[in-house]
Amino acid sequence: MTIAISVNNISKQYKIGAAQQKFQYGMFRDVLMDTLMTPVRVYRALRGQGMRGTAATSTIWALKDVSFDLEEGKVLGIVGRNGAGKSTLLKILSRVTEPTKGTVTVRGRVGSLLEVGTGFHPELTGRENIYMNGAILGMKRTEIDSKFDEIVEFSEVGQFIDTPVKRYSSGMYLRLAFAVAAHLEPEILVVDEVLAVGDAEFQRKCLGKMSDVAQQGRTVLFVSHNMSAILRLTQEAIVLKKGQLIKRAPTAEAVDFYLSSGQAESGQRVWEADEVPAASQPFRPVAIRIKDRSGNIVDTVRSTEPLTVEWEYQLDAPITALRVGIYLSTMRGEYVFTSFDTDDARQYEQFGARQAGRYISRCEIPADFFNEGRYSLGVNASSFGVKRYFMDENALSFNVDISGAPGTQWPEVRQGPIRPRLNWKIEKLD
Amino acid sequence: MTQITKVPSHEPTTIYIKPSTGLAALNLKDLWAYRELIYFMIWRDVKVRYKQTMLGAAWAIIQPVLTMIVFTFLFGRIAKLPTDNDIPYPIFSYAALLPWGMFVGALNQASRSLTSNQNMVTKIYFPRLVLPLASILSGLVDFVIAFVILIGLMIYYGVTPSPNALWALPLFLLLTVVTALGVALWLSAINVQYRDVNYALPFLTQFWLFITPVAYSSNLISEKWQLIYSLNPMAGVINGFRWALLGTDTGPGPEMAVSVLISLLVLIGGLFYFRNMEKTFADTI
Repeated sequence: MTIAISVNNISKQYKIGAAQQKFQYGMFRDVLMDTLMTPVRVYRALRGQGMRGTAATSTIWALKDVSFDLEEGKVLGIVGRNGAGKSTLLKILSRVTEPTKGTVTVRGRVGSLLEVGTGFHPELTGRENIYMNGAILGMKRTEIDSKFDEIVEFSEVGQFIDTPVKRYSSGMYLRLAFAVAAHLEPEILVVDEVLAVGDAEFQRKCLGKMSDVAQQGRTVLFVSHNMSAILRLTQEAIVLKKGQLIKRAPTAEAVDFYLSSGQAESGQRVWEADEVPAASQPFRPVAIRIKDRSGNIVDTVRSTEPLTVEWEYQLDAPITALRVGIYLSTMRGEYVFTSFDTDDARQYEQFGARQAGRYISRCEIPADFFNEGRYSLGVNASSFGVKRYFMDENALSFNVDISGAPGTQWPEVRQGPIRPRLNWKIEKLD
Repeated sequence: MTQITKVPSHEPTTIYIKPSTGLAALNLKDLWAYRELIYFMIWRDVKVRYKQTMLGAAWAIIQPVLTMIVFTFLFGRIAKLPTDNDIPYPIFSYAALLPWGMFVGALNQASRSLTSNQNMVTKIYFPRLVLPLASILSGLVDFVIAFVILIGLMIYYGVTPSPNALWALPLFLLLTVVTALGVALWLSAINVQYRDVNYALPFLTQFWLFITPVAYSSNLISEKWQLIYSLNPMAGVINGFRWALLGTDTGPGPEMAVSVLISLLVLIGGLFYFRNMEKTFADTI
């Protein structure tokens, strides 16, 4: 077997300044201070200390000494929690960014299903965008010519092909974009499920496409938080932790290792000191947990029981007008809801201004709320109109099991992220 | 779902990824491999540029013509600036406004080219040089449109171009592109990290206009300052255009050589700077 990808000791260092917005809402005092500090900033920039010199620029290793070989035609899963370096690895393999150290040898063209729609211009027609996008993805014009009809058929936008894509519905837009990416036929395909967007149908197409590609003997790298998808689609997997490759094994073994080594997001996310940007001060997240009715920390909740979300955090100094809350979204990126602990006016009066100290904000999500599937919990701590202290759009994810939920007597997939138990009344009229 | 037939259309090429050290290799071979992308980017820029405008491509003519009228009134009539060989002022300034407009337009488009195509830069590999290069070359279309007016003016004023125009015009146009590309490479790469470029550029082009013989003749500069004056590569470009089109005495000479040399130095420096910054574009943009 020939080696398709050979990764040798690659490391990637990122500068993490306080890249947060300096004055998001343009308060006059901030603007004025910023102007007065200009000479200092220019001086620091010229001395190569980076533009946001005010907060100490620190560096992190997103990847450290990662090495592996992958044979042609193999499907490799990549697992690891947020920030473990999965996406950085894919970015290096697709040459978007350079490694700081180490080398990679890649045999063949690398395609990615995240590039969907990149370079699409709203003013150009579908036809023009196919050519444009194809060229961006590295296809020759003759190659696009020969696949043009197939792409159009696959995208199902046939009659609108000469309409500017700004008139397309978002579904049509995605279908067309996906069709181009799907016809690139790279020797190596990278799929980052975490970042993939679109509706359920689109996601299914992505995964379907991926297994097609794998069956044709192409090499695939698959990043996902969804262990069942990893188990289903890959034979082998690597586990990344804080930028290091800590395990490579047949998928079942690797997933088992990942889940049992305590770093999987098993119902709890703990922030370690180095994971919290300096700009969050004085807010410091400690942990977020999902608990079932009996108070156990769980990764899978039953939709027929209420669940509790607990966010523990530390304030190193008093904060006024604080609100601490959660975003809930599906793994496809659709938001389900946003809620803050001081949404209630009386609660805000009492807890809007908080002294320094350690807190827990806790809320209960009622029973019969979620539909089946995996959900992502994001967190946000901010003072409205003043500052966003901390945000992580994907802090934790959890599964919902629907056994016993309304309608489960019919073995079918129900649309929509929520599955309420509604009080139906049936009347006979005659 | 349709089944896609898979026929590997080419032998896989092997790619080596490693950190580029020192002065990164220019890798112009890669740029050549992506020539179709350059073509498509130019085509996209041209197609999209005047979309949803009322006057459309007429803007390519309106801008230089209106500037010419204002210049003729201010500098020709009121200030009574002399032109070379008593060439009528409108055509004297228009012949300079053409390359100048192309240069300024190219700088404006190209210095923003990386930041306005941010999603391409952060998601896909391609030689980043494609973006500034394509946005400069797409300006050539506007140049050609505006050139039609110049031909009209030359007929109207009965000015016959010197025979040199045939070979010299393309060369001076190339010099405009080279100068614009050289400067744009610096600006676009800096713009990735410091968006100050967007604010500094209008000033830069305004001051640059003052030190370039667009509204006036470079013969107004005294002899001893001529060499220093020609350190501005755009002075060479515009003198060259006037010489080729209108037969002024500002043709090739030591001053021109200085302008060309500076222009090439800026380009080479820009290429290396750009290539060196390129590896961090996706991280810092």
